[in-house]
Amino acid sequence: MPELSCAELVELVTDFLEGTLDPGTRDRFYSHLAMCEGCGPYVDQMRMTVRTLGDLPEESVPAEVRDALLAAFREGETR
Amino acid sequence: MGIEAGEGEQPFPPDSELVARLRGRDETAFVLMVGSWSGGLLRLARHFVSTNDSAAEVVQDTWLAVIHGLDSFEGRSSLKTWVCRILVNTAKRRGVREGRTIPWSSLPVAQDQGPTVDPARFLGPESEDPGHWRVFPQPWPMPSPEQEAVAKETRAVVEEALTHLPDRQRIVITLRDVEGYNAEEVCSILELSAANQRVLLHRARAFVRGRLEEYFAGAKAAADGG
Repeated sequence: MPELSCAELVELVTDFLEGTLDPGTRDRFYSHLAMCEGCGPYVDQMRMTVRTLGDLPEESVPAEVRDALLAAFREGETR
Repeated sequence: MGIEAGEGEQPFPPDSELVARLRGRDETAFVLMVGSWSGGLLRLARHFVSTNDSAAEVVQDTWLAVIHGLDSFEGRSSLKTWVCRILVNTAKRRGVREGRTIPWSSLPVAQDQGPTVDPARFLGPESEDPGHWRVFPQPWPMPSPEQEAVAKETRAVVEEALTHLPDRQRIVITLRDVEGYNAEEVCSILELSAANQRVLLHRARAFVRGRLEEYFAGAKAAADGG
């Protein structure tokens, strides 16, 4: 199997992180990463991107909506 | 996702307990669930409808449907995934009424194809090493937790990047990476194939990474320039 190029590797990062690469491609992915100074940082940056997305602040629903929902939940009791 | 449960003293109950308490009309359980999940549902609803108000109404309608549908929950998915699927269906209907439809079943369109990294970043076929980086990606100065101001700015870049994504990519990355659903759950919530889910997620992540790269490069240039 030919070696992966950097341009090919960057398109496989999500499959790699998801664990969905077939074993042959996964081996080529690892051997490329081991010797490429550019793709390691690229994969790390994709991971950092995912981590930052997971840190986005929570939004919140107005208190009056919550109150209305609780009232509906209570009402459901008597149905 | 784990942070959401951190608000109260007691840990978020497992589904079996939560469902039993909700069916027993335990108000504390209901308040806990609505408080923990509504923020994520609201964020998601916005991607389907036109205004913040209608997104809030979609969330409200979803919870009303949950209240009245609790007895039909069969436990084939987690309760949270079930609630999310109700939200997506509610939001889709609402989006259609507002003239905003998202072509879920259509074949990949142009924005879902082609390289996710500018081909100019790589050496061309004339070189000895085609497809290799011309210039390596530059390391990012990711902020440490103490540098809250920088971290906040980084999050703002990411939030802004999300607004530029095509709808399907934005919805998939929101569910996966912002809200923390796993691949299988997202496929079930959106009725997507595993392969499509991955393509949309990959394109979305690569785009957001690109925006962060631009931001860090700009910040570095500003710092170097004094």
